[in-house]
Amino acid sequence: MSDDYYKKAKAIPLPTLSEVNDLGKDWRYQDDGYTVTRTCPWSPPGCHPVGCGLKLYVDADGRLQKVEGDENHPVTQGRLCPRCIALKDYVYNPARILHPMKRHREDRGKADKWQRITWDEAFDIIKKEYDRIVAEYGRESIAIFSGTGREGGTMNPYGSMVFGTPNKCYTQSGYACYTPRLAAAVYVTGATYAEWDNAGALPDRWDDERYELSEVIVLWGKQPLDSNPDGFFGHSLIDAMRRGSRIINIDPRVTWLSTRSDIHLQLRPGTDTALGMAMLHVIISEGLYDKDFVEYWCYGFDELAERVAEMPPEKAAEICGVAVEKIYAAARMYAKAKPAGLLWGLAVDQKTNGMQNGQVIISLQAITGNLDRPGGQFLPGAGSGHNELGYGYDEGVGELKAKMIGIDQYPAYCNMILDAQADMMLKALETGDPFPLKMCMYQGNNLMACTSMEPKRWHDAIIKTMDFSIGIDTFMNPSVEASCDIFLPLKTVAEREGTVFTHYAPCTVTAGFMHKAIEVGEGFSDMEMVYELGTRLRPELWAKEGFANSKEFIEHFRLGKREHGAYFDKISQVVVSQVPVDYYKYEKGMLRADGGPGFATPTGRVELWSTAFNQFGEDPLPYYAEPEFGPVTTPELMEQYPFVLTTGARTSAFFHSEHRQIAYLRELHPNPITEINPQVAKRLNITEGQWVRVFNQFGECVQKAHISPIVDENTIHSEHAWWFPEEDGNEPNLYGVFRSNINNLIPNFHMGKLGFGAPGKCLICNIEPVAKNYDTNMDLVWEKFGKLV
Amino acid sequence: MAYGLLIDYEFCTGCQSCEVACKEEHSIPVGQWGIHLLDDGPWECADGRFNWNKIPVPTRLCDLCEQRTQQGKQPSCVHHCLAGVMQYGSVEELAKQLEKKPDQVLFVPKTYRYAQ
Repeated sequence: MSDDYYKKAKAIPLPTLSEVNDLGKDWRYQDDGYTVTRTCPWSPPGCHPVGCGLKLYVDADGRLQKVEGDENHPVTQGRLCPRCIALKDYVYNPARILHPMKRHREDRGKADKWQRITWDEAFDIIKKEYDRIVAEYGRESIAIFSGTGREGGTMNPYGSMVFGTPNKCYTQSGYACYTPRLAAAVYVTGATYAEWDNAGALPDRWDDERYELSEVIVLWGKQPLDSNPDGFFGHSLIDAMRRGSRIINIDPRVTWLSTRSDIHLQLRPGTDTALGMAMLHVIISEGLYDKDFVEYWCYGFDELAERVAEMPPEKAAEICGVAVEKIYAAARMYAKAKPAGLLWGLAVDQKTNGMQNGQVIISLQAITGNLDRPGGQFLPGAGSGHNELGYGYDEGVGELKAKMIGIDQYPAYCNMILDAQADMMLKALETGDPFPLKMCMYQGNNLMACTSMEPKRWHDAIIKTMDFSIGIDTFMNPSVEASCDIFLPLKTVAEREGTVFTHYAPCTVTAGFMHKAIEVGEGFSDMEMVYELGTRLRPELWAKEGFANSKEFIEHFRLGKREHGAYFDKISQVVVSQVPVDYYKYEKGMLRADGGPGFATPTGRVELWSTAFNQFGEDPLPYYAEPEFGPVTTPELMEQYPFVLTTGARTSAFFHSEHRQIAYLRELHPNPITEINPQVAKRLNITEGQWVRVFNQFGECVQKAHISPIVDENTIHSEHAWWFPEEDGNEPNLYGVFRSNINNLIPNFHMGKLGFGAPGKCLICNIEPVAKNYDTNMDLVWEKFGKLV
Repeated sequence: MAYGLLIDYEFCTGCQSCEVACKEEHSIPVGQWGIHLLDDGPWECADGRFNWNKIPVPTRLCDLCEQRTQQGKQPSCVHHCLAGVMQYGSVEELAKQLEKKPDQVLFVPKTYRYAQ
């Protein structure tokens, strides 16, 4: 990349910004006795990497005193969500762990048995155990449990270059988060993930001459306002709505956004593919598609038309439980709008039929001519992004790839993401088949609270099989407390350098840079940790790379340059940059590696009939499959479990299982909430705020009832990722991690044909009131975590 | 001259940034608020559509960020509002804005005096 690739982004002030402001300020400046450092944060705390603009105010004693949104950021414009506003309380939280610790294996699950150690001792212990386990069982016996939203969560070199194991594994059943969408996008368009174009990369943003405002934006199983998914700044949706964009919302819940939508399709959870096929059918049969785009750039249109004819809206209406006229109206409104955007969310992934849900969504985006069009879907170009996936793989893992767990049964999954298949990993942990797993590291993952289904199974298997386990985090968490022998502390965003690219680099609109503003404790960033651990565990491999220091590794890995860190120091001063983008890249030879026009698929077209799906033994066309549990598939179970259970809606207070110990955030949302329709509550004699037992054939948990027509009478929604850091951390309580854990009710091994997808948002359950009150004691939270020094 | 906060609740998403920004600015303990989100909904109207308005209401602890506004900055809640729906200004000026668009509300809090 040329040196001027990362240009300083032009600020676009909000109309509400006052005349006294910090527009045009340098990356570091003085203000009223403070040294202010401008930065774009990513991890920790975890966030899908938006890299919002932050100003960190540090006093003369080197202490962070204040955090404010940076109005110089072209997308976030000074705005911040509560999680970064409260960053100071995360950084200086009394529960933060600031030094390495060790514990004897027999003391796992005993919270008071940790002993502080030096980094030298920590590295020595890890090296000794690593060498022993590798000699005895091979590198394939090491599992790296990766999570989401932390830089470590997607840090491929931990697996490839540090431990050299093929068994890095995102531990959610069916990788039911983002990757099924990504895979479907690749199989159909040859490009990863088409994001709605919010003008984020354009210097004049909404007013840029290249931009066209989306007339309609469809939200499909997505809550961008709270989750800011994958680097998309959720509230840019509001920016567009205030400029006139209309909304169609597809969600089983009534959300604030659905009340601001023209059409809300409140479907039965898990039936999305039927809805999508019906919308395709309306658009095709009524001739509302973009005929030129279909003729010149699509493959398999007739086959798709024939397939979706099997799903007329009348049939879909019955399956989905929505009014048929709403399906017609939504399909017509989306197809007629020029341009139209479609934001597709996690709900797409969290069903066995998720790949097909992705397939119909891309087909909708394609045949309406909205792919790679301003105000439509933004497509990553051939050269975009960084090759994090696969980095150091040949050198670090090489032929051991054959020992990736699940690669024989699920090659599409394993080769796509270079990860062991999650459900097969659980089986291997439990049975030792195909080989025993003896060592593990948690890479930005608190799996017992958040990522893993049937978490007690994972807990039991990990504790039983692992000889040696390493946890890396800013705080203690239940997974590390239960199973680890070494704890390595991480720096927060205020203490580290680094980069943040929206959408993890492909489909990027902004590239941000992290600056170190303060020093707190002894932690490393994930990037530094990779370097420090890697150079010790595999010195020969790293000697070949010859990095002068960890900063040069960051430079090389993230920026494709090697100047001993000098390049990072120079370029990072822009703080935030909009990356150069282009539209209609398929016409210009910018999507294919060979530089020819078209899409990077075998036929060079958008494959509505997918060669890749076909090659993997999957149906090349989208099809609808009922959720495996529900009124249609298992009517015999509905008497016992009469409700459809959907899980995991977000709040603005937390990033998944994080932030429970930040008093100002916990106060916003003190308890795990289960939403129950008023009629159901009346029938079951449940009152507002009462605790309820949510249960099904797989497990149970308790949560606090919120009675509201947010859900209909057939549906229950329960929150995910709850644990209680204020409680006893010892086994068996483990900070209460299994008490309110909705994943107790979600099975493993219910993925789709290619190994992707899991029924996290479409199961069945029953509920009953319980007499006991489990309300969070906010006085205790405040006492323990709130009153800062 | 009287000053206030104009809030466009058609587009207030209830993100709670204002609440936390205010608490950070004034070091307000748990259980107390300088601005607090009122959440009215969802409930279904006869026409089948839902009412759901989220409205941040300044409390008796609101001082309109006197220290910030004296320097010409906005209150912290206004600065951080994710939807950009809050405005600070003189009542005279905000009243004009109020006239231009429905579903807005103007608050003119009595200034709380924090101990120095």
